[in-house]
Amino acid sequence: MNLEFSPEEIAFRDEVRTFIRDNYPQELVGLGNREDLTREQFLAWHKILGKKGWSAPAWPQKYGGTGWTSTQRYIWSEENARVDALMPLPFGISMVGPVIYTFGNEEQKAKHLPGILAGDVWWAQGYSEPGAGSDLASLKTTAVRDGDHYILNGQKTWTTLAQHADWGFFLCRTDPSAKAQEGISFILVDMKSPGIEVRPIKLIDGTHEVNETWLTDVRVPVENLVGKENEGWTYAKFLLAHERSGIAGVARSKRGVERLRTIATQETMDGTPLIKTDEFARKISQLEIDLTALEFTELRTLASEAAGKGPGPESSILKIKGTEIQQRLTELTLEAVGNYGAPYARGMMHDGSNEVGVGPDYSNFSADSYFNMRKTSIYGGSNEIQRNIISKMILGL
Amino acid sequence: MDFNFTEEQTMIRDSLARLIKDQYDFDTRRKVVASKDGWRPEMWAQFAELGLLAAPFSEEDGGLGGGPIDAMVVMEEFGKGLVVEPFLQTVVLAGGFLKAGTEAQKQDHLAALISGERVFAFAYAEPKGRYNLADLETTATKDGSGWKISGHKAVVIGAPWASHLIVTARTSGGRRDAKGVGVFIVAKDAKGVTTRDYPTVDGRRASEVHFDNVTVGADAVIGDPSDSLGLVEKVTDEAIAALCAEACGAMKVANAQTVDYSKTRKQFGTPIGKFQVLQHRMADMFIEHEQSISMTYMATLKLEEDEVTRKKAASAAKVRIGQAGRFVGQQSIQIHGGMGMTDELAIGHYFKRLTMIDSEFGNVDHHLKRYTELSAADVAVAAE
Repeated sequence: MNLEFSPEEIAFRDEVRTFIRDNYPQELVGLGNREDLTREQFLAWHKILGKKGWSAPAWPQKYGGTGWTSTQRYIWSEENARVDALMPLPFGISMVGPVIYTFGNEEQKAKHLPGILAGDVWWAQGYSEPGAGSDLASLKTTAVRDGDHYILNGQKTWTTLAQHADWGFFLCRTDPSAKAQEGISFILVDMKSPGIEVRPIKLIDGTHEVNETWLTDVRVPVENLVGKENEGWTYAKFLLAHERSGIAGVARSKRGVERLRTIATQETMDGTPLIKTDEFARKISQLEIDLTALEFTELRTLASEAAGKGPGPESSILKIKGTEIQQRLTELTLEAVGNYGAPYARGMMHDGSNEVGVGPDYSNFSADSYFNMRKTSIYGGSNEIQRNIISKMILGL
Repeated sequence: MDFNFTEEQTMIRDSLARLIKDQYDFDTRRKVVASKDGWRPEMWAQFAELGLLAAPFSEEDGGLGGGPIDAMVVMEEFGKGLVVEPFLQTVVLAGGFLKAGTEAQKQDHLAALISGERVFAFAYAEPKGRYNLADLETTATKDGSGWKISGHKAVVIGAPWASHLIVTARTSGGRRDAKGVGVFIVAKDAKGVTTRDYPTVDGRRASEVHFDNVTVGADAVIGDPSDSLGLVEKVTDEAIAALCAEACGAMKVANAQTVDYSKTRKQFGTPIGKFQVLQHRMADMFIEHEQSISMTYMATLKLEEDEVTRKKAASAAKVRIGQAGRFVGQQSIQIHGGMGMTDELAIGHYFKRLTMIDSEFGNVDHHLKRYTELSAADVAVAAE
């Protein structure tokens, strides 16, 4: 056991650092923590990474991955977090991509993987439904075979950033008579298909991040079925485990703690910087300590993945702890800014407005982030579901 | 970066696990703990034979060339078996000091430690000192070429079994000054040493040790007698890492026993493990254990780094593991229900050990404070 980077790893880190410094788009600096960007802003860095061959660090090299070791991937995420870089959206790279190269056929791989890598195609996920959230297997959207097409009908919800999407991956019921988890299929859908309607859902932080997606007699060629009909649940679970392994967000939370420390040196109470008060300083310490535990748990997970074990139910730990820490971080940040947590920056901005927020810059959006981050313990299988997974899959209860 | 154990470390783990399974079952332990001596010197001899006592020392020092990771492996297995023999006190603590000692001290004490003949205890805490390693009323005053030691050391774990004590004492300065801390090796049978021996709540033995003008020679001094707080801190950080490993072992077994119990114990006609509220609690116990393993690796791997990094790592681990141990211990008892309160079940003994680990070498509050102060110092240094 040792924590040292080898000379090769240090050289790699320097290479990565230089590349990011020279290539990260200037106009995106400082926007890494926002949810309300344009499609172009979201994809700009992804496209640059795609050209470099670095957009999918975790994929097998055969499909356009980098072939990096787990340590190199760790270095990569640390270096990106250092500058708050906007990372490729997870829907293509972390979710549907691995499903396609693992379970898809050759045509599907050839057709879809290049666009995902390049950042040319925006994917949306069609998992949840109004009546099927954490109990995902109770989903009702149907896909009925009609010759060489499926006809899709139903309603999906929480389709993240689907307003920009070119393609979607949908879970649909193909055998209504089967038990809940059987009879589900994993289908790729061109979002421009007639019969698809995407309606915005406004969230409590004022952003339009998620949507309702209505499917009315949407015709999808049978060739868009991934893997076998009625076996989509297996692929869905595989996807969720992959999603969870990247969900810990350690590097970003470390950066968030640094930011919080800076805020706490500028905010004062009775004339004393918050960072020098026992109460607040210890809250930061506790958060940082818990984050260290998460970081080393993630490193252990990466090491066991490198030894050939895919992400297993242990990734539920990363989901639970990672999201709890992200939430506590925004909670403490809001607490740190005091009264200036109240102004509603988004409410002051009209379309195209350049209005400057009130209070210190770091206080803008601090409440919005806190409100927005409540989603993390709900999405990707709620943290309660993750505890169910641990108790069933690991503890055998 | 590498999280694998070497072949030797795996071998240590396997052979020790076998030994504990064969000779350290819970009923045997209970009898030993209740016996007059409270430990088994013959078990110590077996540890020596297995190479456990030599594992963490370099080959130059007469060891097997391992280090803190080997100690971690041993301590985790000790935690699983609730082993009471003083590996932490003798090998990690006394061994840690002797590594910094003179060639003569190594040849005399370290060789006898590794062979298993000599057992040590670390007399550092005092009745009023709580967890502050520099808060010393015990004094060592120059006496010719040697020293005279006087004072009262509190709850010296393993002292009833020890032949020698490692003693911290103030050689100059005021109480709690960083400067003026010395470290001395004192034979327990030296004139002026008196002890009051007693059992501890977690099945070990300890002593109140009084030094009344105890004379030691110049060869009893480890390091610089006027400035050894740094050494004391380094060695206790090593002990903290080892203690964290012990806690991981204890948590692992406590969790496993609780899960097993919840599968058999029925309430309202259903095994209680089927109740979601208990499933989630046991999932949290599992997470706490995993996070503790991570922190133990982290702290152990950072023992050789610069002082601030090492201290922060040790404190962070101690905070996290103190909290985890309490949570796992308390929930284990709760889920066992009334049965968890009985002395005959092992679970209560794991709970007691985990509880005591929190207060050894500083509890959660102490280390959260130390971590916070170190972080502030870190920022100040960066700003310079």
